[in-house]
Amino acid sequence: MKLFILIILFFFALNVIAEGSSRSAVPDTMAERVRACTICHQDGDHNQERSTYYPRIAGKLEGYLFNQLRHFRDGRRYHQPMALLLENMSDDYLQAIAHYFSQLNIPYPSPESIDLKSNEIQLVEKLIRLGDPQRNIPACRACHGDALMGNTPYIPGLLGLPSAYLTAQLSGWRSGSLIRGQVTNCMSEIAKQLSYDEIIAISRWLATQTVEGEAQKVLSPDLIKRCQSILLEGVAKE
Amino acid sequence: MSLYYFCFASGFARKQVLGYLVFFVLFGVQINLIFASPGEQDLARGEYLTRVGNCLGCHTAKGGIPFAGGRRLSTTFGTFVTPNITPDKETGIGHWTEEDFWLAMHEGKSRDGRMLYPAFPYTEFTKIIRADVRLIFEYLQSIAVVSQVNPAHEIPFPYNSKPLLFGWRKLFFKQGVYEADPTQSEEWNRGAYLVQGLGHCDACHTARNEVGAKKDAAVGGGQMMGANWYAPSLYSRKEASVSDWSLEAIIELLSSGVSKHASVSGPMATVVQQSLQYWSPQDIRAMAVYLKSLPDKTAQENIRYPEMSESAKRYLTQGEKIYEKHCQDCHGEVGQGVPGIYPALANNRSVTLPGPLNLIRAVLNGGYPPTTHLNPQPYGMPPFQQLLRDEEIAQVISYIRNAWGNRAGLVTIVDVDQGRGGNH
Repeated sequence: MKLFILIILFFFALNVIAEGSSRSAVPDTMAERVRACTICHQDGDHNQERSTYYPRIAGKLEGYLFNQLRHFRDGRRYHQPMALLLENMSDDYLQAIAHYFSQLNIPYPSPESIDLKSNEIQLVEKLIRLGDPQRNIPACRACHGDALMGNTPYIPGLLGLPSAYLTAQLSGWRSGSLIRGQVTNCMSEIAKQLSYDEIIAISRWLATQTVEGEAQKVLSPDLIKRCQSILLEGVAKE
Repeated sequence: MSLYYFCFASGFARKQVLGYLVFFVLFGVQINLIFASPGEQDLARGEYLTRVGNCLGCHTAKGGIPFAGGRRLSTTFGTFVTPNITPDKETGIGHWTEEDFWLAMHEGKSRDGRMLYPAFPYTEFTKIIRADVRLIFEYLQSIAVVSQVNPAHEIPFPYNSKPLLFGWRKLFFKQGVYEADPTQSEEWNRGAYLVQGLGHCDACHTARNEVGAKKDAAVGGGQMMGANWYAPSLYSRKEASVSDWSLEAIIELLSSGVSKHASVSGPMATVVQQSLQYWSPQDIRAMAVYLKSLPDKTAQENIRYPEMSESAKRYLTQGEKIYEKHCQDCHGEVGQGVPGIYPALANNRSVTLPGPLNLIRAVLNGGYPPTTHLNPQPYGMPPFQQLLRDEEIAQVISYIRNAWGNRAGLVTIVDVDQGRGGNH
C-alpha cells in the first residue's frame, strides 16, 4: 500500500515537473518569433480591438508583405521603428514572416463608424468604380480588385485598415515622403492627382466598409504596363 | 526469406552507392582544389578577406548596390560619404593600381596623394600585410563594375583643413604592419592581427578624445562615431571583456549572434551578420583566443552606492509594475531570461553599464539579433516606444538596473530622450 501511494505521488511529482518546464520553455513557433511585431499589429489575442493607426497585416498578400518588409529594411519605405526593427534580418527570414502573417485567418473587427456626407460617398464610389480618366486616375478596383482585397501577389487590399493609416499612406504617396529614393511608382503618380480632401474622403470610406471577398488574381494588360514599378519589385530580389 | 535477402541486397547496394557518392564528392572537391587556377584561389581568398574586413558594410548605401558606396556616416566632425570601390574607371577605383590601393590602406593616402580622413580606418588597416592587401585589391578589381557618383563629404571648417589633418596624423597615426609577439602562440597572433588590423574592432571599441583620436588602450570602449551607441570595452569585465568566458561561448556569440549569456545588438549585430558569421572556424577561434587573453585594465574598485532614498524606491516600484506587465513574460520573474532566446537581465553587463544608452535603445527600438547561418530565425524584442511613455521607460529601466542583484544609476526622461536618433 505504501508503495502504491509512493508511486502515485511520484507520478504527480513528474507531472508538476513537466508542467513547470513546459511553462518556462519558449515555443519554437513563428507566432512566438513575431511577438515584436504583434505588440503593434495586434494579430494575436487582442485582434478584436480596433487599432487606431497600425495596419492589420493578418491575411494580407504574402508578396505584398515581403516587399514592404524589404522596403522598410532597405530604406525604400520610411518608418523608423520598422527600419530599426528589421535591420540585420535576411530576405529568407522576412519571407517566412510575410508567409506567416499572410496565412493568419483572424476575424476582422467591425468597420469604423464615420458619418460621410452623401456627396463624399458619391465622389469616392465613382473613383473606386470608374476612376477619373481626365486626371488619368484608374478605378481603384481595377488594380486593388473588385472586392478591394488586393491583387496577387503584390497589390495590397484596402479594407479592414484604420482610416488614419490609409490617410497617412495616401498623403505619403502624394507628397513623396512615404517612399524615399528616386524610384518612380504608379501609386505615387495617382495620389499626386488627388486633393487632400479626396484622400481623407477615400480613407474614411474604405475604413467604413465591411470586409468581404478575396484578392483578385488578374490585372489588365494596360495596368500591368502602368504598374510595372510594383510588379518588378518581386523580381528585384537579390 | 527471399524478401529479407532482397532488402539486404538493396541495402548493401544503397550503401555502396552512397560510398561512391561520398568518394566522388570528396574526390571532386580535391580535384577542384588541385586544379583551381592560382588566380581563382587568390580571388576566393581575396573575397574572404574582404568579408573579414567587412568593406561592404561601409561601402554600400542602405539598400544600395554592394561596394558602390554612398553610405552617409554622420560624426561630430561632419558627414562622410563612402566612395564607390567597384572597378568602374570613372566613378570607382578601376584605374587604381595595386600600389595606389596599398598606399590608401597602409598610409591613408588617396591615389592623388591627398590625405584620407580617418573615418576610413587606415589607422587599423595599416597593420595588414601587403600580401593580404593585394588579394583584397585583386578581388575588388574583379567584381561587377558599377557606375555610381556619390555626393561629396560634408565636412565644415575647421575639420576640413589640411594642416589639421596633417597634424592629427602626426600625433595619432602610427604606420606599420602588425608585428607578431614571439612570446605568444601562432593562433593568438593571428587573432591579434585580425582584431587590430583587418577586423578593425577598435575603430568602434575605443574611447575617442575631442579630435576623434583613440584615447587609451585599444579596444577600451567608447561612444561610437556616427552611431548613437556605446561600444563597450573589451578590456573591462564590467563591460564586454570575455576573459572569464569559455572559448566556445565567445565563438558562439561572434559567429551566431547569440549565446547562452548574451546576444549582440545595434552596430555589432550588423557586423556579425555582414562579416563575422562568414569567418572561418580557424579565424574566429584565433580571434576568441586573443580576445580572451586581454587583461582587465579597469580598476576593480566597487562603486559604493548610497542608501536609496524613499522617493527613489517609489520610482523603482513604478518600474517594477511596468516590468511585470510588459517584460516579465519573456525575461522572467527574476530577470533570468531564456538562454539563447530572451537575454537574462539579472547580472547582465549591458544592463548595468555606467552609461545606460544601449539599454535605452534596446527598450525604445527593440530589434532582432542578426539572422545568421547558425541562427536563421531569431526571436525579437518589441519597440516599446510605440507603447510606453518616456517616463515609464525611464522607470522600468531604472528598475531593471537595480533588481535581482543589479546595481547601477537611475535613468531619467532626459536620458531616454537622448537615446533616440541614430541609424542603427
